Amino acid sequence: MSVQIEESPTNDGDVIQNYTLNFGPQHPAAHGVLRMVMELDGEVVERVDPHVGLLHRGTEKLIEQKTYLQALPYFDRLDYCSPLCQEHSYVLAIEKLLNIEVPERAQYLRVLFAELTRICNHMLNIGAHVMDVGAMTPNLWVFELREDCLNFFERASGARMHSAWFRPGGVHQDVPEKLLVDIGDWLDNRFFQLFDDAMSLVMDNRIFKQRNVDIAIVGRDDAIAWGFSGPMIRAAGIPWDLRKSQPYDVYDRMEFDIPVGTNSDCYDRFMVRVAEVRESAKIIKQCIRDMPQGPIASTDGKVSPPKRGEMKQSMESLIHHFKLYTEGFHVPAGEVYVATESPKGEFGVYLVSDGTNKPYRCKIRPTAFSHLQAMEMMTKGHMLADATAILGAIDVVFGECDR
Amino acid sequence: MTVVHSAPKYASNEGVIDALAGSLSVWLEGSTEQHGEIILTAKREEIATVLRSLKDDHDYQQLMEIAGADYPDRAERFEVVYMLLSLTKNHRVMVKCSIDADTPVPTVTTLWPNAGWLEREVFDLYGVVFEGNQDLRRILTDYGFEGHPFRKDFPMTGYTELRYSEEEKRVVSEPVELPQDMRTFDFLSPWEGGEYVLPGDEKAEEPAPAGEEAKDEAPKDGVVFEIDEEEDDK
Repeated sequence: MSVQIEESPTNDGDVIQNYTLNFGPQHPAAHGVLRMVMELDGEVVERVDPHVGLLHRGTEKLIEQKTYLQALPYFDRLDYCSPLCQEHSYVLAIEKLLNIEVPERAQYLRVLFAELTRICNHMLNIGAHVMDVGAMTPNLWVFELREDCLNFFERASGARMHSAWFRPGGVHQDVPEKLLVDIGDWLDNRFFQLFDDAMSLVMDNRIFKQRNVDIAIVGRDDAIAWGFSGPMIRAAGIPWDLRKSQPYDVYDRMEFDIPVGTNSDCYDRFMVRVAEVRESAKIIKQCIRDMPQGPIASTDGKVSPPKRGEMKQSMESLIHHFKLYTEGFHVPAGEVYVATESPKGEFGVYLVSDGTNKPYRCKIRPTAFSHLQAMEMMTKGHMLADATAILGAIDVVFGECDR
Repeated sequence: MTVVHSAPKYASNEGVIDALAGSLSVWLEGSTEQHGEIILTAKREEIATVLRSLKDDHDYQQLMEIAGADYPDRAERFEVVYMLLSLTKNHRVMVKCSIDADTPVPTVTTLWPNAGWLEREVFDLYGVVFEGNQDLRRILTDYGFEGHPFRKDFPMTGYTELRYSEEEKRVVSEPVELPQDMRTFDFLSPWEGGEYVLPGDEKAEEPAPAGEEAKDEAPKDGVVFEIDEEEDDK
C-alpha cells in the first residue's frame, strides 16, 4: 500500500492530514483485483473510490464473435466461483428467444446443479469472509466441502470448475445414477457434520461478532435504491428471491424458505448465506427425490445435438450434428432480459438477436457492480479494517464484476 | 404463441402495456411486447421523465441494468436500454432510447444512485455522454485508454497492446502486431448470406449483389477504421 499525504485545511493552527491510501489492486482481502482509493482521517474512512475494470477482458465483445453455443463457456469464466449459475441465465435467455421446451429431467438436473453451485459458492465466500476478519480454521474446513462439490461437477461434466454443462435446450450429458446417490449421501452423512462444526466456531464467536455486527448497515430503502439483490437485499429484511418470485425451471415445485436478516449488517449477510446453504440442501434433496427419467436435452434436432449412436444410423442426425457444430443454430430476432438468482444476487443477461447464428449483443448484468458501487456509502465512517469485512460480505468476484 | 420455455416467470404482462403507454404516451415513441418482454421506447430528451414516472407512479423501484447497444446502420446508432424491476408488482420492463454519438442523454443518477457506474460503463464502452452525471470517468477500460471498444466498428483486436519493456523498465503501449491474422469463420451457409469472393471473381463483370448479401455487411474484424477524433475523456 502506498501512502501519500494531502494538504488539508488547517484547524486551530494544527494541520489535519488525511491519508489517501491505495487498497489493492494486489491485496488478499480485495478478493481479486480491486483498487480502492481511500481517504482516511486517522483510521476512519472518509471517502472510497473503487476502481474496477482491472480484469476487464471484453467478454461481451468476444461473445458477439461466437455462435450461441461457443459463447457459453465464457459464462463459466465470469464468476468463476459459481459457474453453472451464470450459464443458467444465458441458456434461459436463449431458450426464451427460441421458445423451446426443456425436458423435465433436464430442468431438475439444472436446478440440482445450480443449488450445488450455490453451496460451492457460499463455501468459498463464508470461508473467505471469516478469514478476512481473522479466523483461519473454518476456511480450511469449508474448503474441504467445496472440494467435494467440485468433484461432483467433475463427475457430471468432466471439468471441476468450467463445466459448460448447461446447454440451450437442456444439459450436455446425463448423470450416472450413482452420482445422484452420492450427492444425497454426502448431504446426509458428511456435509452438515463439517459445515455445522465450522459454523459453530464463528457464529457465536465474540471476535467474529465484534468485527461484523453493526458494520455497514444499509436500510431497506437504500438497499432498493442501490439496486441490491441476492443475500444483500435479503439481509436488509426484504424477502426477495428470484427463485421464489420469478421461478424458472422447476423452482416452482421446490419447497424452501427465504432467510432474511433483521439488522442489515455484515453479520446478517453472513448469516443469510449460512441459512441459504441449508435451504439449498433441501432443494437438492427434493430434486434427487422427484427427478424423473427421460431425455436430458430438447428433442428439437435444430437446437440440441444428436446422440453419437444416432449419428451412425441416421443421415439426418449426421447433418444436424455437422450444422450445429459449425454454423450453430439460428435464433429468432428480438431482445430479452433474463435474470436468475445466482448465489451473489441477480445475474442477468440482456440478449439481442438479429436472427443469425451469433448474438448481436450480449450484455451481462454482474451482481457485484451495484453492490461495489455502494461501497463508499457502506464504508464511510467505519474503520479501515472494516472495509475488508464489508467486502467479504458483499461477496465480490472480479471475473464477473469486470467481465 | 404458447410459452413452452422455462425462463423466469413474473407477473403477467396483460394490460401493463396499455396502462403504461396510456399514462406515458406524451413522452413515448412506441411500445412493444415481444418474446414476453415489454419494451417502451422513449423520446431521448424525456427519458429521465419517463423513468421518474415509472419509478414514482408505477412502482418500478429498482434499476437493475443499463445496457448500451450499437446499430451502425441507423441514423441514431446507439441505443441505451434501462431494465427496471418492480419488487411490489413482481414485474420487469425495459425502457430504451436511441441517440447518435454527439447528443447527450439526460442522466438518471438523480433517480437511482446506482445509475452512476452503469452510465459510466455505457460511456466507456460506447461513448454515449450522459448529461448531468457528475463523475463520467472511464470505468472498465485501462487508465488512459482511447476509443470506445464495444462499438461495432472497433476491431476485436484493438489498436494497441501492452508489454513490459526491459530497456525502459516500464509497461509500454505499442500498436497491435499480430503474428497470425485474426481468424473469423463465417459459418452462415452460402445460400443464407456470407459473401465468398474467390480469387479471380473480380474478373467477372459486376456480380449481381443479392439483396440478402447487402444486409450481411456487418463490420468484420481486421478492417481498420479511423478512431473518432472527438473522444472526450472527462
